[in-house]
Amino acid sequence: MSTATSPGKGSTPPPPVKSRARAAATRLDLRHVSLIAVLAVLTLVGGITKPDEFLSTDNLQLILTQASVIGVVTVGVTFVIIGGGIDLSVGAIVALASVWATTVATQEYGITGVLFCSLLVGVGCGLVNGLLIAYGPMVPFIATLAMLASARGLAEQLSDGKTQVVTVDSVLDLGVPDSYVLGVPPLVMIFAAVSLIGWLVLNRTTFGRRTVAVGGNAEASRLAGIAVKRQRLLLYLLSGLCCGIAAFMLIVLTGSGQNTNGNLYELDAIAAAIIGGTLLSGGRGTITGSVLGVLVFTTITNLFALNNLQSDVQQIAKGAIIVAAVLVQKGRNST
Amino acid sequence: MRENSHTSPFASRRGLLFGSAAAGALLATGCTSNESNDDEDTGKQPANAADKPGKKVTIGFAGPQADHGWLNAINEQGKRRAKEYEDVTLVSTEGSNDTAQQIGQIETLINKKVDVLVILPADGKALTRVGLKAMRAGIPVVNLDRIFNSPQAYRCWIGGDNYGMGLNAGRYIGEQLKNKKNAKVVELAGLDNLELTGERTKGFDDALKNYPNIKKVARQAAEFTVESGQEKMSALLQAESSFDALWNHDDDQGVGADRAIKQAGRDEFLMVGGAGSKRVMDAIKADNSVIKATVLYPPTMAASAIDLARALGQGKGVSGLAELEIPASMTLYSAVVTKDNVDEYLPIGFN
Repeated sequence: MSTATSPGKGSTPPPPVKSRARAAATRLDLRHVSLIAVLAVLTLVGGITKPDEFLSTDNLQLILTQASVIGVVTVGVTFVIIGGGIDLSVGAIVALASVWATTVATQEYGITGVLFCSLLVGVGCGLVNGLLIAYGPMVPFIATLAMLASARGLAEQLSDGKTQVVTVDSVLDLGVPDSYVLGVPPLVMIFAAVSLIGWLVLNRTTFGRRTVAVGGNAEASRLAGIAVKRQRLLLYLLSGLCCGIAAFMLIVLTGSGQNTNGNLYELDAIAAAIIGGTLLSGGRGTITGSVLGVLVFTTITNLFALNNLQSDVQQIAKGAIIVAAVLVQKGRNST
Repeated sequence: MRENSHTSPFASRRGLLFGSAAAGALLATGCTSNESNDDEDTGKQPANAADKPGKKVTIGFAGPQADHGWLNAINEQGKRRAKEYEDVTLVSTEGSNDTAQQIGQIETLINKKVDVLVILPADGKALTRVGLKAMRAGIPVVNLDRIFNSPQAYRCWIGGDNYGMGLNAGRYIGEQLKNKKNAKVVELAGLDNLELTGERTKGFDDALKNYPNIKKVARQAAEFTVESGQEKMSALLQAESSFDALWNHDDDQGVGADRAIKQAGRDEFLMVGGAGSKRVMDAIKADNSVIKATVLYPPTMAASAIDLARALGQGKGVSGLAELEIPASMTLYSAVVTKDNVDEYLPIGFN
C-alpha cells in the first residue's frame, strides 16, 4: 500500500502505512480547522451586520437547504477527484435528470417515478462516463466535457426549452416546513446521509482505500492487484448517482425541472472540494473538507444577500474569500 | 453558491439568450393587419385574412436558441406565422446563442439571396456588422428585440420595452400602495450583466419616485432560471421580515420565487411578475396566491416581425396608417395584466 503514495505528492516521504494515516489525519484536521475558522468569521460578520436575521432558525435552515443540493454533488465529485479523475458533467447530468424526471410521463407515477427517473438518468450518465474513461480511449476531461455538452443538449430537447412545473404533491411536500423533522428539512437529512455514507465509504472500506490508491498512483495500484479500470468505472457511477439524488432534491426545492438547472455545478463542486483540501491531481481528500467547503460558499452567498449586496460586489468578495481560504490553509500546512 | 456563475462565459451566454425575456403588449403591432390584435396572435386564425396573397417572398429567420420558455415561444410564433401565408417561404437557421455561429448563419442566408431577413441577434452590438452587410447586399433586415448598434443595420426594429416594463410595474404597485404609510417594496431582478435588467430597474425606480410613501428596501439579481429565482427569493424573504410588494422581473425565474415564498410560508405582500407566462396568468385569474399582476413582454413580436418582413418584401405599408412604408421602429407596450383583463391576454401567455 505504501507504493500508493507517489513521490512529491505530500511534503513528507512515504512513511509506513499506519503513521502515514495518522500524519494525514493531523494535516487534514488543520485544513478543517481553517475552514471552520472561516465559517466562524462569516458567522460573526453575519451576527454583527444582521443580528436578527442571520442567526435565526429559519435562516440556518435555509443555508443548510441551499447547501444540500450542491453538497450531494460535491461528495460524488470529491470521490472522482481523489480517484485521480475529474467530472465536468455533473451540472448537465443534474439538468438532464431533472428534466427527464419531470417530463417523461413520470409525474403520473408520483414521487416514486420522479425519484426513480432521477436516479436512473444519473447512474446512466455516470455509466457512460465511466465506460468511456475506464474502458474506452478517453481521458476524463474530454469524456465528461462531451457529456456536459450532450446531456444539456438532450435536456433542452426533452423540455423543449420550457420549465416543467411539478404537480406531484408528495414531491412538493418534501420542501415545505410541514415536512421538517425536529426542525431539520428532509433535503438536509439527505445531504447529511449522503455525506456520512460518503465518509464511511472513503475511510472505512476497501473501496475507499482503493480510491485513494488509484488516485495516488494508478500504475502502482495496478501492480498491487487493484482492478483500476473497474475502480474508475465505479467512481463515475458514484458521481452519476449523486447527480441523480441532487436532481431529485432540486426538483423538490424548486418545484420544477428546467434545462438550466445545475448551471456551473461542476465548477462549484470542484471549488468546494479543492478548498476542502482535496488534491486536484488525486490521491488525497476528505468528505468533511468538501462539506465544509460547500458550507463556506453557501454561507457567503446568504450573508451577501441578507446585506443586500449586488451580484458584482458578491462575485468580487467571493473570489477574494476563496483566495484567502486557500492561503490560510497553505500557511497552516507549512508551519 | 451561484454568484460566481455570473462571470462565466456560459452564464453570460445564457444571459444573452434569455436576455430579452420580458414583456410588452401587442397594441402597437397593427402592422399589416387591421384585425383584432387578440386573434392575431393566437395563431389559430389565418393572419390577415383580408390581405390577399401577393408577390412571393422568401424570409430568412435567424432566431435564438430555444432553451428557455420565452425564446422558445419566439421561434414558435415566427414559424407558425409564416406558415399562415401562402406567399411566404420561411428559411430559418438553427437557433444560436453564439455570436460567431449566428454571424455564419446569417451570412449563409445572405448568400442564399433571401428577400428579407428577420434577426433576433444573440447580441445586438456584436451582430451589427452582419446586419450592415445584409443591408448593403440589398436585403432589408427586420431587427427583432435586441437592437443593433446602428440604424443603418436594419430597415425596421420591433421589440419590447424594458424601461416601460419597470415603469408599469412600479406604477401598478404604486397605485395599490398609495394609501399605505411607509410601504416597503422588494425587487427580484434578472441577470445583472444584461443592459435590459438595468433598464427595467430604472423604469421601476422612476415610477416609485412618484410615491414618496414607498421605499424600495431590497433588490437581488437572479439569473432568469428557476433555480436562481428560488435561491435569491429565499434570501430576500429572510432579509426582509415583512414587506408590501414584490416585483419579479421574469415569470420563468418566478416559478422558483413562488416556491421560495411557499416554503417560507409568506403571504403578506402582493407580487407583480414580468413577461406574461401562461402559468402566471392562470394564477392571476385564480387569485389565490400573492401574484396579482404581470407586466407583458410578449413573444408574439416574432409573428409581427414576420408580418413586417412580408410587407417589406411586397413593398406595402401598414394598413391603418396613412404612411406608404412600414415604420422604422416599433416599441411594444408593456401592458399590466391583472384579474380584470387577464381573459383578454390569456391566449398569448406562453408556456
